[in-house]
Amino acid sequence: MSDAAETVRADGTLQVVMLRIGSETFALDAGMVREIIDPIPATHVAGARAHLDRIVNVRGNVVPLADIRERFGMKPAVTTPDTRFVVIEVVIDGDPVVVALVADRVFEVTEIHLDQKQPVPKIGASWRPEYIRFIVKRDDDFVIVPDVEQILI
Amino acid sequence: MTALDPTEVFRSEAADLLACLETTLLDLGDKPDDRGLIDTAFRALHTIKGSGAMFGFDRVAAFTHDFETAFDRVRRGEVPASVDLVNVSLAAKDFIRTLIEDPDATAPVIGEAILAELERLITGPGRPAAAASAETTAIEAAPAEAAGWQIGLAFDPDILRNGTNPLALLDDLRDLGPCTVTPRLDDLPDLDALDPETLAIGWDVTLAAPASREAIEDVFLFVRDEMTFRLAPLDATAAPPPAAATVATPVEAPAVPPVPTTPVPLPAPDAQRAPPRRSDERAATTVRVEAQRLDELMDRVGELVIAQARLSQLAGLQEDPAITAISEEIERLSARLRDTTIGIRMVPIGTLFGRFRRLVHDLSRDLGKPVVFVTEGEETELDKTMIERLADPLVHLIRNAIDHGIEEPSRRAAAAKAATGRIALTAEHVGAQVLVSVRDDGAGLDAARIRAKAEEKGLVQPGTVLTDQQIYQFLFAPGFSTAQEISALSGRGVGMDVVKKTIESLRGTIDITTEPGAGTTVALRLPLTLAIIEGLLIRVGETRYVVPLSAVEECVELPESERSERGRDFLSIRGELVPFLRLRQLFGAAGAPDPHQKVIVVSVGEARVGLVVDQIIGNHQTVIKSLSKLQADVATFSGATILGDGTAALIIDVGQLVTGGRADPVREFQEVA
Repeated sequence: MSDAAETVRADGTLQVVMLRIGSETFALDAGMVREIIDPIPATHVAGARAHLDRIVNVRGNVVPLADIRERFGMKPAVTTPDTRFVVIEVVIDGDPVVVALVADRVFEVTEIHLDQKQPVPKIGASWRPEYIRFIVKRDDDFVIVPDVEQILI
Repeated sequence: MTALDPTEVFRSEAADLLACLETTLLDLGDKPDDRGLIDTAFRALHTIKGSGAMFGFDRVAAFTHDFETAFDRVRRGEVPASVDLVNVSLAAKDFIRTLIEDPDATAPVIGEAILAELERLITGPGRPAAAASAETTAIEAAPAEAAGWQIGLAFDPDILRNGTNPLALLDDLRDLGPCTVTPRLDDLPDLDALDPETLAIGWDVTLAAPASREAIEDVFLFVRDEMTFRLAPLDATAAPPPAAATVATPVEAPAVPPVPTTPVPLPAPDAQRAPPRRSDERAATTVRVEAQRLDELMDRVGELVIAQARLSQLAGLQEDPAITAISEEIERLSARLRDTTIGIRMVPIGTLFGRFRRLVHDLSRDLGKPVVFVTEGEETELDKTMIERLADPLVHLIRNAIDHGIEEPSRRAAAAKAATGRIALTAEHVGAQVLVSVRDDGAGLDAARIRAKAEEKGLVQPGTVLTDQQIYQFLFAPGFSTAQEISALSGRGVGMDVVKKTIESLRGTIDITTEPGAGTTVALRLPLTLAIIEGLLIRVGETRYVVPLSAVEECVELPESERSERGRDFLSIRGELVPFLRLRQLFGAAGAPDPHQKVIVVSVGEARVGLVVDQIIGNHQTVIKSLSKLQADVATFSGATILGDGTAALIIDVGQLVTGGRADPVREFQEVA
């Protein structure tokens, strides 16, 4: 599960989970995704940083609930019937860490072609370049492949 | 993971055997004539030799063979187990350990030197065998194994009222082999006087099958206080039985009929002897399990308990008696499963205490200070991880006690104290905590000198008013040492700060008490386990939190006059001013506060602080889950737990909450000044 780097296939495609957070579409490397669950009650952690200020119980383990909207300059949103928690495993300072990520909607597991990589446009100041691994064009839309570790730290 | 490396198995078994050997040798130093100890040591050597050869540790096998050969003469009673012999044997034991752990780093010369020394002691002028064996005949009278046994049983007349069924015990005896049971009816009263709840019958049992003495004793393990018990090997029944019976347990008075005997508070040297004697039995009944598997089991059980709580909730809504019954059954089962799982992780602290006897033995010799080492409460159980992490702090404390605490023999003589110092290491359960203390009968701490040193180091301003307790806390400051000379062991000021850090990381506290001229006691208070705490479940706004119960002193209602929010306030509890914090403000709770808010008074060091909450829900056995690394910046909470409804609740770190991160007591003293 944690061998995220291995999901780039020989033909230059990356298997990803497509999801929407706020106004953007993100593609998460499928290798880091453990499961996708319906929203469950979360507990607020006073004094924690804004993007990690809740915890949830995922199969008996207490894991932080990350809302990366704030990192991309988006406004907080309410839970809708489409909201899902994407449970991912990332490596922080050499240790595997499990985090639940709030997604407004999860679309599908699909492939993106790495040769369609686009340079990160220098548009909105709300996008910090270190948060984005790269962007790909898909149909008429742009999809962000985020650097989850950087966003969470 | 499951494919165990046989070499590793040998190493781990050998480590146990060597530990057993060491304990036995140290005991032998105290009781050179104890045949049981000599046999235990010999068996350990023999097993190490055998399995060493089997797993290709040839040098281990060869060395142990020579060691064993020399020791065999001790076993046969040809040579006494002198202090010198014990010391050389300990060196030989250490050599075996290095041979196993790091064979390349050992020079054969060392082994040869040890063996030569051993040989010299063994072949030196020995004592005639008869002298040694004279005291051991009693033990031989009731050997550990026999082809059959004659067992005499007399129970306390009240035993039936206590719920014991002697017939069930007889059945257990029958499980060991064919038995002939003869009741003794001498004391049976007439029918009129017969009270069915008073036991007037005794039994004589002939067990015609080979069994170990321990197996028989185990049958009566739980009723030994309420019975007298005679045990003799079958072929020795011609001898008067009571004489042979004395051997079973030294504390018993077998010839005297129903006198309840209490074998519980054994004097320490005897208690120390127990583990090696049991060791071969234990090997047959225990299983080695990787600690990680136990952790996984604990996690699964934690999930089960949570799932069960949800089931109970649903069953409560359904109002179907059948479902309620199942739900209650599962609730009972999962609670017991949880307790059993926690129990599996508990290890008696005696396994740790044993290691320090060698430390004391060596330090006492190196420093030229005769010291007796006394341990109490070895049976006190603690979580395995706790025991492992306690080892280093205790080493420091014991070293300090011998090096700084116990005076030179000349000073002790001048103070009219016994020449031999005394170090006591004790453990006991105190409520939900374990109290481990190291006590010496040395000179005690010199508060004035510690203070002078603290002022010199700039840790405190001259003139500051400090209690003795506060002064002793300087001993835990990094780099603090009052030792005038640096010895090889201590006095470098490294250690006590590590002790404090380790104990705090185990959620424990350290207290020092001292009496000039009479000694110092360092007491460590520790939780039983790191996995679970007793907590008080509270509610602040919509959110529930757990406060560790060990920190809670009392709960009071917030008086009407204090309801208005004024930030940090004071409350008068029985004439004492107690500052309080409003958790609603600290945690940013939404909504209106409850009309009747409560104050939980917690103790932080020597201070008492109130925490204002909306509701006190009740006690909660809390399975601790650590917070994610990503939330390590949140100091107010020491972890989280999962409540019955499946939501996560945070565990408040009372110390951090109150000090707001200023945990350094030294700095606080300066601010006072």
